[in-house]
This record gives sequence, structure tokens and C-alpha cells, in this order.
Amino acid sequence: MPATKSLRRKTNFLIVLMVAFSSLGDILLSKGMKQVGSVSVASPASLGMAFLHTVTNGLVWLGIGSFLVFFVCYMLVLSWADYSYVMPASAVGYAVVPFLGYIVLGEVVTSTRWAGVAFICLGVMLVGRTSPRTTEPG
Amino acid sequence: MTMRTALFLAIVVFSGTGGEICATHAMKQIGEVKSFAPRVVLAALGRAFRLGWMWLGIGLMALSFYSFLALLSWNPVSFVIPATALSYAVGALGAKFLLGERINGVRWIGVLLVCFGVALAWAG
Repeated sequence: MPATKSLRRKTNFLIVLMVAFSSLGDILLSKGMKQVGSVSVASPASLGMAFLHTVTNGLVWLGIGSFLVFFVCYMLVLSWADYSYVMPASAVGYAVVPFLGYIVLGEVVTSTRWAGVAFICLGVMLVGRTSPRTTEPG
Repeated sequence: MTMRTALFLAIVVFSGTGGEICATHAMKQIGEVKSFAPRVVLAALGRAFRLGWMWLGIGLMALSFYSFLALLSWNPVSFVIPATALSYAVGALGAKFLLGERINGVRWIGVLLVCFGVALAWAG
């Protein structure tokens, strides 16, 4: 089934939003969980305490807010597009982070990481050449 | 890798992709959302949340999410992300066999390159 231009355009637009909010959520959650500290599963009580510390952390909540926006975009795009198209295409976020780190923050990026970024971009490019929808509309 | 880390990795990968597949099934049942107007978006999500598949999906994704947080607290992100990159391949298999999506050779190669690339980018 050939994808129309508008179908491809709106699919890719939502994927860009997904990548932006998911990356922001990752950063906020990572910082929040570092504040919470190591989670112990030694006993139900220690697991409960870890849960309590997690849900009372502000950065964790901001991260969860970003993930909520990501989730709404994700659900919307899945109402018409293939899961097997959206999921790998949204991995472009993993390539954007090292790239931004290099350009904006002047971070040192190893050659192994650059190779990974190149593989991700190539993979996303190939997935992007396929039709966003291969099943009949519901 | 400890048994605990291996178990939580398996939960992150299988419960995460399983949850997303259930949610995809629910969204396909409500049909294409044709407008991004807040009223339309909320109505569509409201319909989706009346489906059991959506709740099953959210339950599985929540399990995967909390397991992911636990993994991050024990291991560096440079280990956790490459290890969970397997989700892309598992998800594509689920999309083919459970959702009936037609994945051609180009998409398979793309998925595997993404899988390998994510693992490499974070391991490096």
C-alpha cells in the first residue's frame, strides 16, 4: 500500500516530537534517580522505601511529565502507523544525544560511539524508506 | 552480569515490547486519529482507555519502566541502554507475528542496524 505524502509527513512529525520529549524525559529521570540512590530489593520494606523516594522526587515527576507528552504522541502515531516503523525510527534520539553533546557541549565522542550513531542513522534511513503503514486502516 | 540484572533486563525487553504491542492493537482498534485538535486527541485517548488491551499494555509498560529505573540504579547507563537495544528486534518480531505487519527486507535490515547502532553508541 503506497503511503501518501501527508501520511508520511504527519508520521514523521510525531516521531520528531516523540524523540524530543523522550530525550528530555531520559535526562530528567536519570538526574532524579541519581538523587534517589541505589534501589534495594532485599526486602519489601526497602523496595517500598525506594518507591517512596522515587515518587517524592521533583525531577522524576518532570521526567514523567515529559514521558506523558511522549506517550500521547506515541499513541496517536500508532493509531495509523506500523509499530515496526515507529519504534526503530524513534531510535534516532540515541544518535541526536551524542551529536548534540559534541556540537553544543564540546564533549569528546569516541570513534565507537560515532560508528554507533552512523549505524542508527543508516538504519532509520532504511526504515524511513518503507511505507509507514502496511496493515489495513482499522 | 548477575542473575538479578539478567532477570530485570528480560523483564524490560519482553514486558516493554509486549506492552507496546498491546497498546498498538488498542490504537488500531479505535482507528486513525485524523486531527491534532485537543478535543479530538482527548476523545480518541478516551476511547482507547475503554479497551482492555490498552490497560494490559500500560500495565506491562509500567512494569518495564520500573524495572528500567531499578537497572539504572545498579548499572551505568552505558550498560543498560545497549543491553535493552534487543527490544528493537523483539518488537519487530512481535509486530510481524502478533500485529500482522508486513516487514520487508529493507525494514528488517534497518531494524537490525538500529539495534546494533544503539548498542555500539552506548557501549562506546
